This record gives sequence, C-alpha cells and structure tokens, in this order.
Amino acid sequence: MKVLAAMSGGVDSAVAAARAVEAGHEVVGVHLALSRNAGTLRTGSRGCCTIEDSMDAQRVANLLGIKYYVWDFSERFKEDVVDDFIAEYQAGRTPNPCMRCNERIKFAALLEKALALGFDAVATGHYATIVNGEDGELELHRSPAAAKDQSYVLGVLTAEELKHALFPIGASASKAEIRAEAEARGLAVAQKPDSYDICFIPDGDTQGWLEDKVGAKPGVIKDRAGNVVGEHQGAHGFTVGQRKGLRLGRPAADGRPRYVLEVHPKTNEVIVGAQEALAIAELAGSRFTWCGSAPKEPQIWFDAEVQVRAHAEPVACQAALIEGELIARVGEPIMGVAPGQTAVLYLGTRVLGQFTIDRTVSALSVESEFEVVS
Amino acid sequence: MTTYLDHAATSPIRPEVLAAYTEAMRLVGNPSSIHSAGQASRSRLEDARERIASVVGCDRSEVVFTSGGTEANNLAVKGLYAQRHRPLIITTAAEHHAVLDAVEALEKQGAEVHHLGLSENGVVDLDELANLLEARGAETALIALMWVNNETGVITPVERVTELAKKHGVPVHSDAVAALGHAPVNFAESGLSTMAITAHKLGGPVGVGALIVSRDTKLEPLFHGGSQERGFRSGTMDAAGAQAFATTLELEQPDYRALEALAVELISPLGNLVRGSAPGVPNIVSFVFPGTDGESMLFLLDQRDIAVSNGSACTAGVARASHVLEAMGYSTADASAALRISFGPQTSESDLRQLAQALPEVVAAARKI
Repeated sequence: MKVLAAMSGGVDSAVAAARAVEAGHEVVGVHLALSRNAGTLRTGSRGCCTIEDSMDAQRVANLLGIKYYVWDFSERFKEDVVDDFIAEYQAGRTPNPCMRCNERIKFAALLEKALALGFDAVATGHYATIVNGEDGELELHRSPAAAKDQSYVLGVLTAEELKHALFPIGASASKAEIRAEAEARGLAVAQKPDSYDICFIPDGDTQGWLEDKVGAKPGVIKDRAGNVVGEHQGAHGFTVGQRKGLRLGRPAADGRPRYVLEVHPKTNEVIVGAQEALAIAELAGSRFTWCGSAPKEPQIWFDAEVQVRAHAEPVACQAALIEGELIARVGEPIMGVAPGQTAVLYLGTRVLGQFTIDRTVSALSVESEFEVVS
Repeated sequence: MTTYLDHAATSPIRPEVLAAYTEAMRLVGNPSSIHSAGQASRSRLEDARERIASVVGCDRSEVVFTSGGTEANNLAVKGLYAQRHRPLIITTAAEHHAVLDAVEALEKQGAEVHHLGLSENGVVDLDELANLLEARGAETALIALMWVNNETGVITPVERVTELAKKHGVPVHSDAVAALGHAPVNFAESGLSTMAITAHKLGGPVGVGALIVSRDTKLEPLFHGGSQERGFRSGTMDAAGAQAFATTLELEQPDYRALEALAVELISPLGNLVRGSAPGVPNIVSFVFPGTDGESMLFLLDQRDIAVSNGSACTAGVARASHVLEAMGYSTADASAALRISFGPQTSESDLRQLAQALPEVVAAARKI
C-alpha cells in the first residue's frame, strides 16, 4: 500500500512510520504545519508544531529513508479547530479540540488530500486498534495500553475513514515499549517528552488565552436560588463541573465547596452549587456518528458504556437513537458533564460511535437549562 | 535520474570550479598573515578579486567578499541606511527576503519604507519612483531594487533607476544574484552604489558571495573585527572560496533562449507565463496554474523525480504563496498556484519534455484537492 505517515516529530508517530516501512508499505512522511507563526524551538511539554518538531520528524524520515514533506493546514486548523474552540466556549460549551482535529484535519483534510494524491491510507501514532468485525466491517477498539488509549478522540472516525486509517503502534502494550523500540531503532526522539494539553495554547492557561481572544466581559456568579455569590471576567472561561478558580467572596451557607453547574453566555451568568447537583442521569446529542457499522436497530435501547472525557472511566448505560437524538442513560449518575463535550459509546473495547452532548438530565430529575447552539 | 529544474535555487557545482576549489583548499595561509604562506594566500585572493572585478565591470577595490547574497544584501541595505541619516527607504514588495526582511528590520527601528508599485507583469513603476524622488529625494536614504527577480526572471532597467536617483544624490543598491551570468551586468556602467552577487546559483560553491561597493560609497559594517575588506567585512578572508567564485564567473553560461522558448511552448497550454511580455532572463520561467496549489504540485512532481520550485519555502519547509506574485497583484490563491522552472548548464530539452509530459496529470490531480 502507499501510506502517508503523519509525523508530528514525536516518538509515537516516529515508531508508527518505522513500523509502516517495515511492514513493506511504500511510505512518505508528512508533517502538518498547523500554526501560521510556528515557534522555533519546543518549550516544555506543550505544543507540537514548532520548527524543531518539524526537524525532528524530518530526521526520523531521513533515518527511515523515506521522503518527507511539510503540508500547510494552518488555515484549515484555524477555522475548524481554533475558531471552533473559541465559538464553543463562547456558546457556554466545553469542546475537545483534539477530537475536532482528528475529525476535521487528520482524518478529513489530510486524508482527502492523501487520497487525491494517490495514497491508500494515512498512518498515525495513535493508540487504538482497527480489527475486522464479525460482519466483515472494520471496528475501532481500545488500545491494550490503558494509560495511553486514544480510542476516545478517534471516536469520530466513520466506517469509510477507518478503511484508510492505520495505527501501527495501536496494539502496543505501553508507551515504554514504544520508547524502547525508538531507542533500539536509533531514533533521536526516543526520549522526547510527551505533549500534553492543547497544542495551540502554549502555556496551558486556557482561561487566559480565551480572555485574550474574546476579551474580558465581567459578570456575576449566582447560586440556584438567584443570589449573587461572586463575579467573573467572562462566562466563556468556565466549564461545568469546574471548582477551582471561582474566587467566590462569600462562603456557601453549609460551608461545602461549590461547583459550576451552568454557564449562560447570553446573560453572561455562571451558576454554582453543590456537587450533587452535577450528577447526570442522561445525556443526549443530535450531532453523532457511528464508528464502523451502525447498530441494526439503534432506535431500540441497547446496552453500552459511555465515556465523556479522554481519560474518564466508562460508565454502563442504555443507549438509543430517538427522534434524531442519540441518548445515553447511565445506571450510576456521572459527574461534571459539560455541553460541548463528546460522549463516546463503547461496547467492551469496541467504539460504537459518538455524539456531542447538547442536552443533559440531572440525576435530581431537574433538566438543566443549557443553551443549545446548533 | 532526477530532472533538476531548480538552478535558481542552487546549481550543481561545475567540475572546473570543484577542481579549482579543492586545489586551493589544500594550500595553507591566512591572507592577512605577514609570512610567506600568508602572502601567497593573499596573492591568490587578490588574483581572484581582479578576475571577478573584470567579469562584473568594477574596480578590484570595489569587490567586498561576503558569505553570499543574503549577507551582501544585508550589508548594503543596513550599511547604507546607517550612513545616510535619512528616514526613507524606497524598494518593492517583490524583493528577495534578504532585502525585504533587512528593510523590515530597519522599519522596526524607525525607518520609513515605500514600496513602489509593479505592473501586472512585474515591472517596477519608474514614474512613481521619479515622482517620489521629486517630492522626497532629500529624505531618501537609499533605493533597493533587484536587477532580476529570482521568481519571475523579470529584468529591472537598473540604469534608468540610477539615472533618476543621481539627480537627487540617492544611492541605489541592487540585488544582482539572479542577474549575474544571465543579464548584461556591468557595475561601472550601471551607476549603482552597491550590488550583491553570489557564486552558487551559477555552479560555484555555497557560502561565497560579494558586495560590490563603489569607491565613493561608505557603509556601516555588520561585523566588527579585523577590518578586512575595506573595513566593511571583518573575518578571515576565504581565498579558496574567492578563487572558486572567480573560476565560476569565467565559465561561459550556455545560451538558454532555445530552452526558454521550448518551455513556453510546452507549458503555456497548461499555465500562464507570469512575466508575460516583460523583458526577462531566459533561464527562469514561472507559470501560474489557476486552481492548483504549489504544495500539491511540488509533491506530485517530486514523486516523479522532477525538481522545480514555487516561490520561497518558509523556514519550516512549508510552500507558501509567492510574495512576488502577490506584489504583482495576484490573489493569494493564484500566488500559491505558481511553479518556477529554472535552467543550468546541465539542462537539456529532454528535461523539459519530461516535465511537460508529467504536468497535465499533475495539474489535474492538484486541481482536485
């Protein structure tokens, strides 16, 4: 096969490219330039698209004896990931930009371009596996490396995209194994630190970055009874379930910690309350995709597990597609579910599909009043 | 075998140059040393200087060796500006980055910059220059206009520029890197104050260039040290590099007009010749292929072992829209859809036919993305 290896300059994608070469594929390395003004050197563990990272990727490609190119996706990345991230926060939602990047850039813009240029598949350094299902269709499964499993952020892949995706290190047992392999292959990136957080917010201060982009907009923090309990510099900076950084002047009557329950960007209000008010019994969204083949009768409630963050525990649920909305009802209430987040449905290790949460039902049977932006 | 059509980026070292260079590198001696080895080295350096002066039509004292075109352009622009104590720099937005970014650096320090307009074929607007000099000649520190544009091949009428500037006593610098060997360059006749040249575009080694500085021009140096090269460029002088440079310039350049005509004939049905009817050097031709993007075309051609270029890649290796085409009024989309094809002594008709054979498929594939 003619394979495009997406190379970030990190150790995972380097070993993935090496394995693709070894598997006998005709491999070309491509680094995605995602920032118009890429920094020169990598700083700390954040970010992934400095010139140094591009050079690291190129050195790996040289060592593997494959051709290497840098393709500019900075425009698309800005529109589809960065601007979307800002817009989602402004709408009071909590987006996952890595997911958006997989959905719109790596397995959309990049894959489309690769296919148009004559490639058969795109290989990445993600930790997840693609297996042949009983019905002959491809299925996406969790990585055996539990701590590194990235099946959640790949939940957006469709059946068609799975056909053209390769995860050469996806079945590896651990990151340590990958580092050791990189070392043995003589790849200079073997001990390069992992990247964390959001690549386009280099210092990791999401709230500060957002304030910089959309400006401060002072408003009030209230409790559910309508009492003003504090002030804030913009509702867009808050996430449902957030506890830190509220800077509430008045302690709660019962002295217990308070959490963000609701974010109302239109009225610029943030509602806080006790932790139990965060407990969610049902989540639903109308923007959904099936990963691989869709269930035969999705309108009939089926057993599944739902996961709402990249490294959250999956929770047993009943799911169904009802009137265009994918719904998950959890057996045990789950905490801190924010609209805009992605819920990924699993069956065991298999990813069934995903939806963007735009409606939740409180375990206290009070439907929360999140604003839905469609 | 690779079809190499990117000589304007760098051209393979010519065998005669390689021989002269490697032989000269064996010999010891710092041209500044007083002993015999130093004197022998100095003799070789000065011999090279005279040979270069004779090719470019200047006095030997006017040749200031540098590490290449970028340094020469920086030395001229920054060196003239620092000496002149006037605010205005006149240039165009189509210059090589070595001039563009040097000017921008001065702008950040307070210089005022005027970018002259270009015609749709890339020819600088001399009426605008004349009017600007009439109005603000006394405030002008320098004019920087490249002799030949490295992307389009368009030739600037340098002598007309210097004629206009002379009336106002304004020094003119020209980046002649793309002109040397391909346009009739004669420094004395040009009326320029400074002129940047380099060896590697003509089959010489990378890392050797010169700024030709007229005898009556003063420059603030970029580097300070041993005051070599009239005090304009401190640093141990590279006698071997200078000899290689001289040998390069003395080698005859083929007549590229037949290749130029063939390229235009073969490629015009697919793309538009950027310089149109404007006068240009025959070794550089650029085409815009509307609806494509350079990034994909360079990739597809490289897959077929054909090396061409599209404007300047940025530090990260990303193909960018050509700032030259944007300066000529092209949209960003069209400025991203250009290919530059440039010839050298090794280029044959069959290279062009290889390219022409690959292009229809490449253009069609790139249009789909």
